[in-house]
Amino acid sequence: MTPTIRIQREDFDPAAEIAAMSAGRTDIGAVVSFSGLCRDEAGTLSALELEHYPGMAEAEIARVAAEAAARWPLMGLLAIHRHGLVRPGEQIVLVLAASAHRRAAFEAADFMMDYLKTRAPFWKREHRADGTLGGWVEARSEDDDAAQRWTI
Amino acid sequence: MSDTPQAQTDTRSVKLVYFAWVRERVGRPEETLAIPASLATVADLARWLKTRGEGYEAAFADETVVRAALDHVHAKPQAPLGDAREIAFFPPMTGG
Repeated sequence: MTPTIRIQREDFDPAAEIAAMSAGRTDIGAVVSFSGLCRDEAGTLSALELEHYPGMAEAEIARVAAEAAARWPLMGLLAIHRHGLVRPGEQIVLVLAASAHRRAAFEAADFMMDYLKTRAPFWKREHRADGTLGGWVEARSEDDDAAQRWTI
Repeated sequence: MSDTPQAQTDTRSVKLVYFAWVRERVGRPEETLAIPASLATVADLARWLKTRGEGYEAAFADETVVRAALDHVHAKPQAPLGDAREIAFFPPMTGG
């Protein structure tokens, strides 16, 4: 199983990605899909600008994916992360995990997201609805706590 | 250590890259610098950069906040620089 990692400016189609992952296979019993969307923060946000570290972003997500593949019996694993300007309601990130049974797929997708948030080199900056440039989004300690759940 | 013909014995050339507010405070996205070979760790390099001017001082004001990567791999402050060619400094990540 080779994980698929894509870092791109363009939007993506979760249904098409799920179909591609399971196409021609009869051994997959579960595909878990997580989509992360851009919120408008009660109407105050016009867009999020996502900066990333080209090269390292792919490498780091690949390392996290390899760790997930070592921990759970996966039949498919995909992560897509966008960069550039993303508007409220648009998709930012997609994680798919496929396995014979649901538990491994759920846990692997959860693990991938926890580590994407704390280890993948992306930084969000707010563009406000009033036309001003907001600040850089601060890292949340809850995300670090969530990632800590998986370390033994 | 270096394979550049004119390499001096007491410095080595590294590419530094900066992201998000670290990039803004330093005032540039990347630069190639001759750093003292005596700098052993990521923290040593951060402290040395801090002496290069106001922008650097602002970027590295709180040494416990800024994160680093050596050749695209996360590195802790006490990590040895080794022969890393590309060293990155950036705020805690906020992707996903």
